Amino acid sequence: MDDSLALFIEIVPTLLAAVPVTLVLTFLSAVIGNTLALPVAVGSLSPHIYLRYPSLFYIFVMRGTPLLAQTYLIYYGLGELFPGTWVQQSFLWPYLRDGFWYAIFAFSLNTAGYTGEILRGAILAVPKGEIEAARAYGFSRFLIFWRVTLPRAIQICLPTMTGETILLLKATSLASLITVWEVMGTARQIQKVTFRVYEPLIAAGILYILMVFILTRLMMVVEQSINRHRLASV
Amino acid sequence: MRFVEGLVVTVEVSVAAYCISLILGLIGAGAKLSNSKVARGIADLYTTLVRALPELLLLLLIYFSGADALKFILSLISEDFEDFEINTFAAAVAALGFIGGAYMTEVMRGAILSIPNSQIEAAKACGMSRFLTLRRVILPQMLRYALPGMGNLWLSATKDSSLISVLGNTQDLLFMGYRASAVTKHYGFFYSVAAILFLAITIISMIVIKMLEARVNRGYR
Amino acid sequence: MDTTLKVEDLHKKFGAVEVLKGVSLEARTGDVIAMIGSSGSGKSTLLRCINLLETPNSGRVYVNGELIRMKPLQDGTAKPEDIKQVERIRSKLAMVFQSFNLWTHRTILENVIEAPIHVLGLPRKEAIERAEILLAKVGIAEKRNFYPNHLSGGQQQRAAIARALAMEPSVLLFDEPTSALDPELIGEVLQVMRKLAEEGRTMLVVTHEIGFARDVASEIVFLHKGQIEEKGPPREVIGSPKSERLRQFLSATRH
Repeated sequence: MDDSLALFIEIVPTLLAAVPVTLVLTFLSAVIGNTLALPVAVGSLSPHIYLRYPSLFYIFVMRGTPLLAQTYLIYYGLGELFPGTWVQQSFLWPYLRDGFWYAIFAFSLNTAGYTGEILRGAILAVPKGEIEAARAYGFSRFLIFWRVTLPRAIQICLPTMTGETILLLKATSLASLITVWEVMGTARQIQKVTFRVYEPLIAAGILYILMVFILTRLMMVVEQSINRHRLASV
Repeated sequence: MRFVEGLVVTVEVSVAAYCISLILGLIGAGAKLSNSKVARGIADLYTTLVRALPELLLLLLIYFSGADALKFILSLISEDFEDFEINTFAAAVAALGFIGGAYMTEVMRGAILSIPNSQIEAAKACGMSRFLTLRRVILPQMLRYALPGMGNLWLSATKDSSLISVLGNTQDLLFMGYRASAVTKHYGFFYSVAAILFLAITIISMIVIKMLEARVNRGYR
Repeated sequence: MDTTLKVEDLHKKFGAVEVLKGVSLEARTGDVIAMIGSSGSGKSTLLRCINLLETPNSGRVYVNGELIRMKPLQDGTAKPEDIKQVERIRSKLAMVFQSFNLWTHRTILENVIEAPIHVLGLPRKEAIERAEILLAKVGIAEKRNFYPNHLSGGQQQRAAIARALAMEPSVLLFDEPTSALDPELIGEVLQVMRKLAEEGRTMLVVTHEIGFARDVASEIVFLHKGQIEEKGPPREVIGSPKSERLRQFLSATRH
């Protein structure tokens, strides 16, 4: 046990150094993915078939296939295309050699699908009366969307988005399988180096629990500030 | 053709893990709603831990510790068992089932709480025993509220099963994609095939779930 | 321009059901027209056709002398030719809804300045000044930083009226403004509406409050099954109703 504890103390700093990687993966994927989700959601509600069907299909594929399969497809699939092409000589190559950006790409696309579906439901749930009032006052269609529909929809889906962000944080662990040195990947590496199976995993586990806890608190603060209008009614 | 075998393995793993989740979910929900503080505490710890940790991490932890624990128990029984190698399939299923059980607990707990109290009161008023109430009133009604969540968890189970390919040599669908593409170097193609087959599982599952939801909801429209 | 609002021969069908069967109406500046009738008579539909929340199948709507240009479609319906014209005209016709329809994610003050800023292009400072005056006028100035959910029904409707007034509309359209209110809150809203009428505003009010119509309106229009059965000044329409149906309606509602 003594031995274990000493090992623990050695492992933790190494793992802590990987925490920023996990956080950056989460943050970037969330920002890019959620931004992409907007056109996906709007497209899925469009009256034009050539916009609606592709959006709905995109959401279906992203939610219907495992994230790991998507990640492998993007990492190995794209990686297969590049050797021997001009890309290897370009300035992009350093980015494209490292699993990190493939991970972000895959996670962003996946997030766009899931958040797209959530946002879609939220937009449909905006009270029709409030939209009608905007119409009656002469708001243009764009203005109605920007000033009424979208703000209300975001409020409606915020609790679900908190859950989704936590899931994204946990999903970043899959990046370890495409050579990204985030917490999970680092833990696996420590396993290989020290031949200890449990300590690295348990240490990583503790770190994840901490990260999830802090992220949850953060999202609650965000939720509260956006939902002031719901506190106490007459 | 190997892919179809992989598909079958994936479905088998998902089904087995899902069944374990169902059982754990029922127990967990029961524990969370019970009067015993100990039961509630353990159940809370279970769900909180599992939901805070990445599935991959849990899979590895449970796989390793499950294998070791089983080996340990078996070695106590007889020395012949010291070299017993855990069947990868069994360990993976156990791990996935354990993870799913935590989410299932929440789904079932929420569903049971959604049953209008009046229904249970009516059963009590007829003189039904607690066990009978459970069997004839609570479980059937809970099903109606839990079905959407249970359906989602099934879809998650089929997708999470792909994680076991990490354990190596698991013969599941994603593993097949990995092997085929590693050998032929046609990564894009074979992973796409795997993805399409996963989609097929999803489509069929969604149709079945829709049918079940319609069936369970008759009498309510 | 003396005639602020003119409606000519409006027809509206919902699927196979014809809800408006050729309705014509005229409102001069300062007129307060109350539209009464039983449910299904088409009075709300008529109001909503004026600001094109519903599109009439045929007929003409003139606002301040300007015709809203419509394009007939193959299936018998029609749609506006120029959506920009519609949006511009809507900004001159402010509507007050039965269910208030305040934007619940904005404070009362923000509700009242929202349309002037984003539709009329008013600078923020001016919009706020205007809003403060109007909120005081309807009697809820102290609620300016509250959210709609925190207010009573009567207060919310008064806020909605302030929001309508902020657009400085040519005509105020009221769609059963008190129908969703608890009885004891109806009075405060009717009081505000009465004040507006006395100021000489042009108002079109769909209502079940016959007493209010009798006391405040300059003209009452009785609709039945999509047509105007009777119209005229209150003492004629309410005092000595000519049509049998109107008599039945009035005795049933017992003003």
